[in-house]
Amino acid sequence: MRHAPVLGLILTLCATSPARAYMAYASNEKDNTVSVIDLATNQVVKTVQSGQRPRGMALTSDGARLLVCLGDSNRIDIYDTKSWQVVGAIDTPDPEYAALREPENNPLYVSNENNALITVWNIDTRKMLVQMPTGVEPEGMAVNPDGQLIVNTTETTNMAQFFSYRTEKNLANVLVPPRPRWAAFTHDGSEVWVSSELGGAVTVIDAKSFKVLDTIHFDVQGLRSTFIQPVGIAITRDDKLAFVALGPANRVAVVSVPQHKVLSYVSTGNSLYNATVKKYLLVGQRPWHMAFTPDEKYLLTANGLSNDVSVISVSDLRVVNTIPVGQQPWMVLVSPH
Amino acid sequence: MAPTWPSADDFAPTEPVQGRRAVLGAFAGAVGTGLMRPVATTPDQPPTVAPAPPPQAATPTAATLSIGYLHWLHSVETISLVFTPAADNGRAGAEVGIDDNNTTGRFLNQNFTLEVAEVRTNDDPGAALDKLIAKGIRLVVTDRRAADVLRLADAGAPHGVTLFNAGAPDDALREQNCRANVIHTAPSHAMLADALAQYLIWKRWPRWFLAYGEAPDDLLLADAYRRAAKVFGAHIVADRQYKGEAGSRETDTGLIELQKQLPVFTQNAPEYDVLVSADAHSVFAGYLPYRTWDARPVAGSAGLIPTSWDPNSTEFGGKQMQDRFAARARRLMTALDMNAWVAVRMIGTAASYAQSLDPDAIMAYMRGPHFQLGAYRGLSLSVRSWNGQVRQAILLSDSGRTVVSMSPQPGFLHQFTVLDTLGTDQPETTCKLPAAGQKT
Repeated sequence: MRHAPVLGLILTLCATSPARAYMAYASNEKDNTVSVIDLATNQVVKTVQSGQRPRGMALTSDGARLLVCLGDSNRIDIYDTKSWQVVGAIDTPDPEYAALREPENNPLYVSNENNALITVWNIDTRKMLVQMPTGVEPEGMAVNPDGQLIVNTTETTNMAQFFSYRTEKNLANVLVPPRPRWAAFTHDGSEVWVSSELGGAVTVIDAKSFKVLDTIHFDVQGLRSTFIQPVGIAITRDDKLAFVALGPANRVAVVSVPQHKVLSYVSTGNSLYNATVKKYLLVGQRPWHMAFTPDEKYLLTANGLSNDVSVISVSDLRVVNTIPVGQQPWMVLVSPH
Repeated sequence: MAPTWPSADDFAPTEPVQGRRAVLGAFAGAVGTGLMRPVATTPDQPPTVAPAPPPQAATPTAATLSIGYLHWLHSVETISLVFTPAADNGRAGAEVGIDDNNTTGRFLNQNFTLEVAEVRTNDDPGAALDKLIAKGIRLVVTDRRAADVLRLADAGAPHGVTLFNAGAPDDALREQNCRANVIHTAPSHAMLADALAQYLIWKRWPRWFLAYGEAPDDLLLADAYRRAAKVFGAHIVADRQYKGEAGSRETDTGLIELQKQLPVFTQNAPEYDVLVSADAHSVFAGYLPYRTWDARPVAGSAGLIPTSWDPNSTEFGGKQMQDRFAARARRLMTALDMNAWVAVRMIGTAASYAQSLDPDAIMAYMRGPHFQLGAYRGLSLSVRSWNGQVRQAILLSDSGRTVVSMSPQPGFLHQFTVLDTLGTDQPETTCKLPAAGQKT
């Protein structure tokens, strides 16, 4: 997959789905709504009243169900994305973020921020399968492609914590710079990228040895480093590019993810691991979380302070549209169709 | 619901999921002491971990660091009953900090305890400190007054004690009376005054009526506002001392008296934009809003109040802090609670990064260039090398009802960090510490 020609991949996807006919969903933390955006027109076509404090969201692989974490309602509501009726709910304390195992859409892995827990749920029966204690304020979470390795970032404990789903064991705790917010596996499952909001860095961790391979720092000319606060990470399917949202720096960093081959040389030292920042994009204010359109032609950012969603063209790395949504958008997702 | 979804059993883990609900314990054993060198196990192999103890308890092998807390037990009369401090004001923040340290420490083989020594106003805090020292404690948080902070710092210095000043805002403690073994988590008067001044300038309210009280602390606070006015370009057009009966709550006739007295006190002032009150012990400023002769907003010790914490602050993850505190302490979190929490979390955070519970290693990391603490105010907290003050953003609270803003304000720039636009900066400091001199 990593070596698949990017252009070919994009063309194939374009042929099967009309460009920009997707729907996007933004969770608006402050006004308790979810904005439904038609990406054909870049307009909000519906505003769904949600429970209290919607933040993390997950979408089933068929796009039929949207799961919305409602931190202050202590619940995850499951929406039908056609009728926008709530068709189910999971009662769980202070869910901040939830990840679905794909493509099965089950189970659901939840960060329960106030309770310092990861809980894992069977969505069909709405029964909790597993509960694992974490450090203070678990937030970002990612599950590797086979669904067995869970990584969670604990904001106040400053760790990326690895757990085995099968054995429920804590496998490793990797200290990272302060306030880790987000974790993302490369699509081949070999690496975990962890953003540190206050530390201003992204830590690249080997998903097998749990060794820190590299720490990527960001340097925007004319900006004090304290305002460069990386949060969201989005990696292209070919594991070539990573986009890192820099929060109050109002920029998204475009980072090259190196070839698999280079990683195998790391045993001689980390200097060969050449993950360098290529470019910064100016977007709305305080972008946090991001999502690609399925064809990866566009990347959307949820901008918490300017209450909008930026649409970035991935091919020419340019912001092509800005869509006003609700108050303090936290996360944005894009439908698969 | 969603019958088309596969059932969980289709992709269940390779062992039965029944009965897997028990809360798993700490796994510090998996990590051992080498934090940056975690045990390398592949996800498919069960790692060699110690049996899991209950989550909140330390592992039997966990090393323990005891942090002292010298708690000043005293009652405070406040104009507003709502803001009467609880008996555990400050201490509760330290206790939540200990919980947070242990939630972290259970993964790192580090355990923290709080040793509280309660001292009443007329007790000798030095004796309480001696008892803590006798127990081997070297990191001590206190909410005592400035004079006691100074005495405790000097008494503890020969024993290697570092004191965390969570309560005293006096600038002299950071300047002419600074000590190498004190970390100030409480913001100074100058920081608080500067934070308010920046906002008033941003708001284009540069003409101030300064009203200050008779207590010595009021005079210090008023000086901080005069300094802030000079630094940020405000003009104090009226500078008046309020002489009234301090500390008496409204009696049956008191309200009528007040609504006559305070307009008179604020009468015949030059044109001004905002009344800035300096009332360190909250004995009169609370009466100023709605009672000024001219219709003007009140700020400072009442109205728009600069503070290190407000129970309504929910940004930057603050909601989690408020929830965690309320669950433990069964009340709202005050600024003193936050200052004490910061002190304990600074110790815990430095311990995890230094991978040590040795006080010297902890303090070396805390004073070093990499130390940062997230404390729910956007920018991370760190230590000013030149006087031990913790640099931090300051909230502007509408009398504890809502958060109006947070300083530093946009547009106030600094060569190194905008947080150093608040309070005494390195070029101006009169503090000469043996270890000072290097840039942070």
